[in-house]
Amino acid sequence: MSLNLENIDRVVGGETHIADMNLTLEPGSFNVLLGRTLSGKTTLMRLMAGLDTPTRGRVLMDGQDVTGRSVRHRNVSMVYQQFINYPSLTVYDNIASPLKLAKVGRAEIDRRVRSIAEMLHIEHLLDRQPLELSGGQQQRTAMGRALVKDADVVLFDEPLVNLDYKLREEFREELRAVFSERNCIAVYATTEPAEALALGGNTAVLHQGRLLQYGPTADVYHRPSDIRAAEMFSEPPINIVKGTLSGSEISFDNTLHFPVGNDLSALEPGEYRFGIRASHISLTPRAKSDIEIHMVVDLAEISGSETFLHVHNEHFYMTVHLEGVHEFRVDSPVKLYFPAHKVYAFDHEGAVVHIPTHLRGI
Amino acid sequence: MNKVYNNRAWWLILPMLLLVAFSAVIPLMTVVNYSVQDVFDANTRFFTGTEWFKEMLNDPALQAAVLRQFAFSLTILAIEVPLGIGIALIMPKKGWQASAALILVTMPLLIPWNVVGSIWQIFTRGDIGLMGWSLRELGYGYNITSNPVDAWATIILMDVWHWTSLIALLCYSGLRSIPDAYYQAARIDRASKWAVFRYIQLPKLTNVLVIGVLLRFMHSFMIYAEPFVLTGGGPGSSTTFLSQSLTTMAIGQQDLGPSAAFSLIYFLIILLVTWVFYTAIMNMQKDNNKGA
Repeated sequence: MSLNLENIDRVVGGETHIADMNLTLEPGSFNVLLGRTLSGKTTLMRLMAGLDTPTRGRVLMDGQDVTGRSVRHRNVSMVYQQFINYPSLTVYDNIASPLKLAKVGRAEIDRRVRSIAEMLHIEHLLDRQPLELSGGQQQRTAMGRALVKDADVVLFDEPLVNLDYKLREEFREELRAVFSERNCIAVYATTEPAEALALGGNTAVLHQGRLLQYGPTADVYHRPSDIRAAEMFSEPPINIVKGTLSGSEISFDNTLHFPVGNDLSALEPGEYRFGIRASHISLTPRAKSDIEIHMVVDLAEISGSETFLHVHNEHFYMTVHLEGVHEFRVDSPVKLYFPAHKVYAFDHEGAVVHIPTHLRGI
Repeated sequence: MNKVYNNRAWWLILPMLLLVAFSAVIPLMTVVNYSVQDVFDANTRFFTGTEWFKEMLNDPALQAAVLRQFAFSLTILAIEVPLGIGIALIMPKKGWQASAALILVTMPLLIPWNVVGSIWQIFTRGDIGLMGWSLRELGYGYNITSNPVDAWATIILMDVWHWTSLIALLCYSGLRSIPDAYYQAARIDRASKWAVFRYIQLPKLTNVLVIGVLLRFMHSFMIYAEPFVLTGGGPGSSTTFLSQSLTTMAIGQQDLGPSAAFSLIYFLIILLVTWVFYTAIMNMQKDNNKGA
């Protein structure tokens, strides 16, 4: 079962929620919709589910036009950010509900409910009611309801947002394992680049209702098609610095000059915007060829066991992603290093013109 | 360690104590005072003990009124609760229609009790009342002053008209608080409208319904002004409810002792029924939650 979106627009009250969307999802694929709030992820999912109809364009399933077909006549399931279960039914009856409505035999229902419950580690909770469960268990129940009926398309609308960090990691792994054995299309919406990378599969980067890029997740991450896609798919966002390329040298705002590596020499001389990933910048040089820059600290933002260091000089701002907890005094000078051969280059329209070739890790 | 006892904080509850005393305890004790004595004038009184209570409990007229009262309260609950839920379900959810519907539904609640009685008194008159006249023109000899069935039906209709809105409004607010995702999930499950009602809406309405039923029960059990204005308790005593019997006894006949005893019994009945109902519902919910 493949899913095609062809030239989809969705306009609500004069406001464009989805614009000219073209997307083909292959059977058995795991797809991540990555974008910030209001980028159109939920709208897109509603269109895929048939909860809404597009203003323009067609939705095809296995080549068949299902644009106007309501969700009741499609075989989809969905998991939400809130934990949605039937409040008065037990976990067992909740998971069984789609099968009961589909008039599956009782023995078959029992077999499938128990196997799904086992897969999701809630087999000991089958007699409880949703409100007696923890958030994670409630969401497992909701997932059980979505997975039990062998839907053609399974949609996850930021399902892990309301769960704690540890549970989210656990869920992600399980989710990939569950879908590796299925032939349905899984679509997973998230606002977090790290989550997209952890889930793998394919990623579609959305921004303001438009598709920026779609492809295998690692590929989209390493080879963004333009500045927007690069910014959306990095946290903290990739640093963009204006600069000039002239023959053998790059200069950032005429202050910082450094020699061009071999791979950049193919570019025409001229004005570019250069992209340096926050995680590629370090406090100590990782190689002799690393470029040293002098910056001033604005703020050291500590997030878990990582530090986002915001720095500036007279011409530009940068954010540095450091492992571990570091403390810096505001306005103190700091020396930073980055490898010249890991620099992206974008032309004045934002399209990528150079992608570094020595990419390893993130 | 030496624990220091300082009980001056008890003084802080003094204002509350006074407030409760004046608002509840003292008036209630006055009634208790009258219920165990026979008072003739300021200086003459006899202690009667439980005599008034025994007399009241054995009074056939009052027993009939109690039964009448229960019949009335249960009937209007049986009509108003399902009807209120139904109205809440069909009320528009957004736009100006929602506001219009809300105002329209709230309207009967804003009318004072005795005005409601007067409105229906005129409405049901055979000569100039729209309903009374129409029914007669249609060939039905409608008369609330001589036919007890007509009187009962009219009082029930009047109460349903006046108070169904309360249940409807409570349920409406309960329904609005159900996140849209529940309905979406149900659509994706291909659940029928009945299943959505039975498994999503009704469970989410339980709490507001408990409040609604309790309020309506207490309220209807104390009903006075509306039937008094509409039928005056008649024909005969067929629509004489408890509070009207009480008023007749206390104000009309100045039987202060018996009416004080009766007031206390009345109060205890309401307390008891409300408590039983509330406990039953709460236990039901607990059992449900145990997955029984």
